[in-house]
Amino acid sequence: MKRTRQRLPHARVDTGKPLTFRFEGETYRGFSGDTLASALLANGVSIVGRSFKLHRPRGVFAAGREDANALVQLEHGAWSEPNARATLVPLYDGLVAEGQNAWPAPGWDLLAALGLLKKVLPAGFYYKTFIWPNWKYWEGLVRRLAGLGRAPTAPDPQYYFKQTVHAEVVIVGAGRSGLEAAVAAAQDPGCRVLLLDEQEEPGGSLLASPDPVDRAWLASTLERIAQCPNVTLVPRCSVNGYYDHDVLAALQRVCSHLGPHAESTAPREIFWRVCAGRVVLATGALERPLVFPHNDRPGIMLAGAVREYTHRYGLTLGERIVFFTNNDSAWHTALELAEHGVRVAAIVDVRPRVAPELLRQATAAGIVDRLGYSVVHTRGRRALRQLVIRRLTEGGHGLQGPRDILDCDLLAMSGGWSPTLHLYSQSGGKLDWRDEDSCFVPGAGSQAVTVVGRANGDFPQPLHTQAYWLTPGVAPDCQWVDFQYDVTAADIQLAARENYVSVEHVKRYTTNGMAIDQGKTSNVNGLGILALATGRSIPEVGTTRFRPPYHPATIGAWAGIELGALYQPFQRLPAHACHVALGAQMADMGGWQRPEYYPQAGESEQQAIAREVLAVRNAVGLLDYSPLGKLEVHGPDAREFLNRVYVNNLATLKPGAARYGLMLNERGIVVDDGVVVCLAEDHFLLHTTSGGASAVHRALEEWLQCEWVALRVLVSNVTTQWATFMLSGPGARAVLAQLPCDIQCSRDDFAHMQFRTGTLCGVPARILRASFTGELSFEISVPAACGESLWEVLMAAGASHSITPFGIEALMVLRTEKGFLHIGSDTDGNTMPQDLGWGDAIGKNPGDFIGRRSLALEAGQDPQRLQFTGLALEDETGTTVSGAHVLSEDGNSSAGYVTSACFSPTLGRTVALGIVAGARARLGETVSVYYEGKTQPARLVAPCQLDPEGARLQADAAAPQPVRQPGTPRSAVPQPATPQPATPQPAASQHIPQVLAARGPLAGDSGIATPGFRLREATGVELLRLQVFHRGEGQVEALASALHTALPGPGIAHPQGARTWLWCAPGDWLVTVPAGTGATELAALRAAAGELLAVAAAVTDSRVMFSLGGARVREVLARGTTLDLHQQYFEHQRCAVTRFASVPVLLLAEGDEMLLFACRSLAAYLSAWFRAVSRDC
Amino acid sequence: MMRIECPWCGSRSEDEFLCGGQSHIARPDPAAASDDEWAAYLYQRDNPKGPHHERWLHRFGCGQWFNMARDTVSHEILAVYPMTAPKPELLDVPGGEA
Ligand SMILES: [Zn+2]
Repeated sequence: MKRTRQRLPHARVDTGKPLTFRFEGETYRGFSGDTLASALLANGVSIVGRSFKLHRPRGVFAAGREDANALVQLEHGAWSEPNARATLVPLYDGLVAEGQNAWPAPGWDLLAALGLLKKVLPAGFYYKTFIWPNWKYWEGLVRRLAGLGRAPTAPDPQYYFKQTVHAEVVIVGAGRSGLEAAVAAAQDPGCRVLLLDEQEEPGGSLLASPDPVDRAWLASTLERIAQCPNVTLVPRCSVNGYYDHDVLAALQRVCSHLGPHAESTAPREIFWRVCAGRVVLATGALERPLVFPHNDRPGIMLAGAVREYTHRYGLTLGERIVFFTNNDSAWHTALELAEHGVRVAAIVDVRPRVAPELLRQATAAGIVDRLGYSVVHTRGRRALRQLVIRRLTEGGHGLQGPRDILDCDLLAMSGGWSPTLHLYSQSGGKLDWRDEDSCFVPGAGSQAVTVVGRANGDFPQPLHTQAYWLTPGVAPDCQWVDFQYDVTAADIQLAARENYVSVEHVKRYTTNGMAIDQGKTSNVNGLGILALATGRSIPEVGTTRFRPPYHPATIGAWAGIELGALYQPFQRLPAHACHVALGAQMADMGGWQRPEYYPQAGESEQQAIAREVLAVRNAVGLLDYSPLGKLEVHGPDAREFLNRVYVNNLATLKPGAARYGLMLNERGIVVDDGVVVCLAEDHFLLHTTSGGASAVHRALEEWLQCEWVALRVLVSNVTTQWATFMLSGPGARAVLAQLPCDIQCSRDDFAHMQFRTGTLCGVPARILRASFTGELSFEISVPAACGESLWEVLMAAGASHSITPFGIEALMVLRTEKGFLHIGSDTDGNTMPQDLGWGDAIGKNPGDFIGRRSLALEAGQDPQRLQFTGLALEDETGTTVSGAHVLSEDGNSSAGYVTSACFSPTLGRTVALGIVAGARARLGETVSVYYEGKTQPARLVAPCQLDPEGARLQADAAAPQPVRQPGTPRSAVPQPATPQPATPQPAASQHIPQVLAARGPLAGDSGIATPGFRLREATGVELLRLQVFHRGEGQVEALASALHTALPGPGIAHPQGARTWLWCAPGDWLVTVPAGTGATELAALRAAAGELLAVAAAVTDSRVMFSLGGARVREVLARGTTLDLHQQYFEHQRCAVTRFASVPVLLLAEGDEMLLFACRSLAAYLSAWFRAVSRDC
Repeated sequence: MMRIECPWCGSRSEDEFLCGGQSHIARPDPAAASDDEWAAYLYQRDNPKGPHHERWLHRFGCGQWFNMARDTVSHEILAVYPMTAPKPELLDVPGGEA
């Protein structure tokens, strides 16, 4: 290929701005406005890479997205990008690229030189090797030979985010038709028009036009659009998917075109989710290659690409250019080139006749014409040198006459045009075949979409295309259809001979259209060949369905900022800082960051856990138990409702009493357990498993809203309102006794399974006596804001009792020793209550409850069900793990498995729980436990292996009953390290404050202040929540009238004096009141509610309130929610409950500010999230 | 990605919702139902190609369940109606053919 020394004068590249770049180690020069492809062509680089299978030399053959030949490995190291298309990489200074899939170099590839590959890689090669001899013999060879670029191994140094954009009209493609559509849509000032264009600059095919009229039109139209405030034109933004309900996915290249040397805080790419009212597809058309022998040689290009390289980039690609076509467009291109001084030698046209006017113009321009001819061979090793042509027979089914030779250095081919209908097809639109243009055009649509311009088959000049799918009378095995995947006409014919009929099957069998361009140029040609081979028409053959993405998308953009710490939302405990200060090993559990254990210097994990366990058994331990689920149920029908929800009969549960309960789903499967507390006749507190509160809440609401709609019940999730700590061990009572508290905690006053409310250190407190450790335990809850302070107070009060903070690992050991069930560990998706020994209790319960009927089904009665049991290894020094199988009697199959297993420092051996077939009737039997090839004998024992009488629950600090001192090893399992002598503590009571301090969830977080975005924790208001039983006739109206205000409906904030009412759900409002007035306002709401079924609560502690501002605040928020936040729709005093950064929030527009309310436990996550997405502000 | 009209909150993205499966399944009287009737209530569901009545929850919004008739082929939403409302007649369904 010719090296272009000078650009044509009308080129759109800026020759005043030369750029230097390197390709395959050579340094070249190009200009600003070039693509890597145009710059390589300008430098005479004809071979850029190699094909996927056969390593055939590949050069640039198109100018846009349809080119799958010129693939390069762009840049090095972490910046490296495989399979970058030279035609789409805008040139920047210092660019470095290599060819792909070639060894040692694209211009001289040894693998291709072997020349053997084609014979061993026919169509369906992969599938055939599955049958004979065996894929594994081939895999190594194929993987080495076939391949694309190399994925970078270093972490991506750039970042990505996602955003949602709403527009009434979305136009895809800023060519002539797209620009015209934008101008028309912009007439309505209320209509947001979004014009997305994938190229470096708008203009579409106008950019390839040398016509001054076209260029002036483009300039003035862009000017006009710039004046329209309601039109947003986004270049470098390719729409990749058209989904349901007119939602589009697009990828914007924000700074990837600048290369690694540019300094930018912008993200590399932005993933757009576009919600459109109407979509206009102005996606243009793609030119098809012609299928003829040796049509894949470098130097053979699409005619439209030759036009674009000539007029847009100013290149003269050949001295003797020959055109080969089946339609008129190539004639216009040839004539236009000639007009601009480029020498066109000849036009070869398969059609026997063309319009006399075209012939006349060609002759006048000195162009030779060969009508009714086809190219039957091409010659030239490194560059195209000669064409062999031959006359087609009448009807075009064969060749006749002598061969003719044409000298040429560039072949520009045009096999017709295919409207770009990928997105239209994805939208559900049908494609119709139009015979006269040999292309698919839009058929019946199914969404709010219009296709315009060439995408709609409206070509500026008639094409007069004559179908020409392959060259007859010559071997089909060197007529290429898919250039990247080396698919020939022969491969498609072979598939047809092997009886493949469906076009979807032929595509996969031959891999035609499966390269990274997804058949943009090969699809229709392949259909044509298949139609000929099977004697059908193209509409009969049909077409493969287009699927997203239209163009390969960067995986990083799909991930956005959801990486590392932000991979998923995390919740923080109120006393998080205390755990961190104590050196806790934190882990994610059910979405909460919780301490696993608190290692001391020199301790292993095992030693730390053993020390913590023994501290609870022998002295006292403190656990942050805040994730414990807490749901409150109010209403006259609350008890009836809970009786239907729990397996237990709760009819006899008295106020102040607590009872362990089991919850099933309707299929009878155990889904949750926890302690139910009766606070008052019509008020209950439900404890759920940690992390299970939301799921249980959702299940309860489903029953209330969908099945038992008449039950007068209100449910609220108060989990994060309270910080909860478990004080457990013989010393627990003595520690608690040191705190100022109006709850009597003596043994006589506060029995096991009792619940008390009162005041602790000056704040409201709730204390439950229950035990998940087997020791005397108090579960103490205070408002979340006081949690950190209470932790400090309890640690100080416990110092003289050697209080030990313990983590979730020690808790799991403690409960396993006691055989306490852990739902989800000791149960699976089949566990029913009778498997847990609840059969008798259920028999005595007269009422119905969720799932009860299912227990009576045949499966529930099987004596061989997997039943909950303890397992004691016969070898006291042995260990096992959860997941180990319990073998059936014959040893051939599994009869259950170990569900929990750990070393018990208390008992000095492994304790295990499991679910085993028929275990309840087999107590005392010996079974085999199998794990990783080894079996060991174990006895089936009662789950509780420590203190089965429960005597330890009555333990008191005055009379500790040490279970076992460390340091008497009975097994090889690590023992606790020798405990440090306790540092003498001054009388702890001196340090105990009388009032707990309240701290905000973002204490120590200074917020964000960038030029475009501000974030701080909002203060100055208190939050109340008012719920009313809205399903009850007239309840909402009665409440409104009692409050003398209109209660707002969805989406609107309603000010009433100092109060602002925010609608959260039907019959559910958040009320903001000035700080300091919360208590009186709460009393006022309660008084107004009177006898209505309404619940007013102070919820400041369970929420975090962010105040967000800055010029780009709505832009930043659009990165977290799909809500339409445009000023026009989400104006002052609008509010919405929505999904934001994957968590539920309430948003409120307040003047220029936005307020965001979320769960307090999510404060740190949201703060980190905002920091990550506002990097470019 | 569908856009669903919550009866309370208005148009929202699919990712704010949870589909609870087929709607209008009556819970039989547990005391009177045969094993077969109970098993059918638990497990037997329609799987139509075309209009389907489903129960949806606006999980990340108002927390309300509602009914929705949706075409399983085109994903067109044919009706949104309250949880307790009867099944609406769906006449001449556009996009229902396949
Ligand atoms: Zn809603």
